[in-house]
Amino acid sequence: MPLIEIKNLHASVDGKEILKGIDLTIDAGEVHAIMGPNGSGKSTLSYVLAGRDGYEVTDGSVTFAGVDLLALEPEERAAAGLFLAFQYPVEIPGVSNTTFLKEALNAIRKTRGEPALDAMQFLKLIRAKAKDLSMTDEMIKRAVNVGFSGGEKKRNEALQMAVLQPKLAILDETDSGLDIDALRIVAEGVNALRSPERAMLVITHYQRLLDYIVPDVVHVLAHGRIQRTGGKELALELEAKGYAEFGADEAA
Amino acid sequence: MAATEQTIDQVRELTEGKYKYGFFTDIESEMAPKGLSEDIVRFISAKKGEPDWLLDWRLRAYRHWLTMAEPDWGKLHYPPIDYQDAYYYAAPKVKEKPKSLDEVDPELLKTYEKLGIPLKEQAILAGVEGAGDMPAVAVDAVFDSVSVATTFKKKLEEKGIIFCSISEAIQTHPELVRQYLGTVVPYSDNYFATLNSAVFTDGSFVYIPKGVRCPMELSTYFRINAKNTGQFERTLIIADEGSYVSYLEGCTAPQRDENQLHAAVVELVALNDATIKYSTVQNWYPGDENGKGGIYNFVTKRAACRGKNSKVSWTQVETGSAITWKYPSCILQGDNSVGEFYSVAITNNMQQADTGTKMIHIGKNTRSTIVSKGISAGKAQNTYRGLVRILPKAEGARNYTQCDSLLIGDKCGAHTVPYIESKNRSARIEHEATTAKISEDQLFYCRQRGLAEEDAVSLIVNGFCKEVLKELPMEFAVEAQKLVAISLEGSVG
Repeated sequence: MPLIEIKNLHASVDGKEILKGIDLTIDAGEVHAIMGPNGSGKSTLSYVLAGRDGYEVTDGSVTFAGVDLLALEPEERAAAGLFLAFQYPVEIPGVSNTTFLKEALNAIRKTRGEPALDAMQFLKLIRAKAKDLSMTDEMIKRAVNVGFSGGEKKRNEALQMAVLQPKLAILDETDSGLDIDALRIVAEGVNALRSPERAMLVITHYQRLLDYIVPDVVHVLAHGRIQRTGGKELALELEAKGYAEFGADEAA
Repeated sequence: MAATEQTIDQVRELTEGKYKYGFFTDIESEMAPKGLSEDIVRFISAKKGEPDWLLDWRLRAYRHWLTMAEPDWGKLHYPPIDYQDAYYYAAPKVKEKPKSLDEVDPELLKTYEKLGIPLKEQAILAGVEGAGDMPAVAVDAVFDSVSVATTFKKKLEEKGIIFCSISEAIQTHPELVRQYLGTVVPYSDNYFATLNSAVFTDGSFVYIPKGVRCPMELSTYFRINAKNTGQFERTLIIADEGSYVSYLEGCTAPQRDENQLHAAVVELVALNDATIKYSTVQNWYPGDENGKGGIYNFVTKRAACRGKNSKVSWTQVETGSAITWKYPSCILQGDNSVGEFYSVAITNNMQQADTGTKMIHIGKNTRSTIVSKGISAGKAQNTYRGLVRILPKAEGARNYTQCDSLLIGDKCGAHTVPYIESKNRSARIEHEATTAKISEDQLFYCRQRGLAEEDAVSLIVNGFCKEVLKELPMEFAVEAQKLVAISLEGSVG
């Protein structure tokens, strides 16, 4: 059984149709990349899957781990194992990273009928995960994303993913705003989470990220539809040729 | 008229009054009739067996009150209050007390549960008949145990700390009460304080002797005795030279009261090198969604930092009441004295709060800090009103003010009204103000990580209030966080 099965997905924002029939199936253990020009609907797809308000599904279905994903609230999707690493991680002043993640993890555990972790258990967990990402104690005590550099924010997303251990991680333009060192650290963090039970959907404009997170399958999204699907070599081809062949609105 | 003559007259009036007014004949009566008059003031004083000077003071207050008009400068709207349509002493119970917790409003119990309040304490708060008299069952639970309270009392006595009801203090330490009562908030101060001076029924009295550091938060003890706080509370706290005390008033549990009008007065006096930390959690009944039945809370709180290097810190978390009118203030008289005001005011539904502080800098190098966090949801209106006044001799005075407002939804209002007056050129005054809304981005981010919408709001608001909540004593901070969440229930979605 596939982990996620997206069938004929249509979605609109402010009455304008952005996704025009997406079909995509990902099995556990796989890493898929979605590449495409600006405005092709890449971020819209990630928000629709995560259940953001204002993104209206007009047709199609999404089955995730055997359940109708579109019927769930955003927090229920998170509890079901869906994680979105944001392109622009949000700041929450006054709320420490540790508090935020502990609340989130325990909310998810509660929905799943698992016992909450106490403060000590959680601290041990987050410290171990932070160490893997070269994050200091000071960073995990800081308010969520407040005063973080672009690279630190993305590392923080990777930390959240590592703590929440999702079934499907969607990485929305994780490479944007990262220098090469930061990119490598984040990619290492993501790669460490690759496992036979987990799938990843890596959304990116550039091939660069895929040098570090090597996908099993590459899709090209343009004009709200998947135009082509291939292996990792497709990404290199796109890097060389650009999106022109898909009538890209790149210039826009 | 000479003072003695006046007193003689008053005593005569009082004794003769017994015959003149029916209800005076029965001094054992537990209640006075509705309405406010000199006789009611005399009745209250007589009931409490007060000395003449206090009766005289009450009467002066009452007579002065008659000449005053209710203030209308607050950004508050409420129907006129009929002061004659209220009981000023021992209001009769309108309805029977519930016999057990089963008879208590389940909504109220749900809230208690969310706050994690032990069962027995729930019963006391909900006014279950006889609950307060029940023998202590759980000795390990600090709040529950009468024996613990006794231990506390003994410990305080050893240090020479006086901590009792103000009625008791008037009997046992009249010289202290007389020396300080009304010296920070004079009887003629303002409409509500003057009313309080005339008719106050009870409250707390604290005296910390020279050089003594009060070994515990006075909250824990106070809370056990908090079941009958009353409508016109009067509190007086004196920290003698070099002493320290942390006092906590109120309770996170929602409190209902049959009296709609509350007008409390709190006076703090800090002498040389003394520190008073005063924390309040106010959660009086705010009324229903339409604001019906909520408490009107008109409070005068003021501290005199009389001594050099004295310090007073006010921390308040205001979530209750339909109307809140409250400006805990500091008169920074002593050189190098410090005043602080940390406030969280949350208004939801139809609640209105007009709250802030006054920092009056008189002494040299006096410093004040104001951090105010106003959160407004529903159709509520939340106003910060603050005065920073630097007098000519306050050489080197400094003030820092930060006022942040957070709006939830688009039908509420936040207002910031700072008054700044400086008469000394060396003074430094900083004022920062922000207004923000909880963004859809923040909510979605939290929900994507697994938090339900209300939990997300509570987390974001708690973050917003963090600078203030961290000023609360530990034992209360956790409850206050939960309270913030509960106050905002139903504010999104």
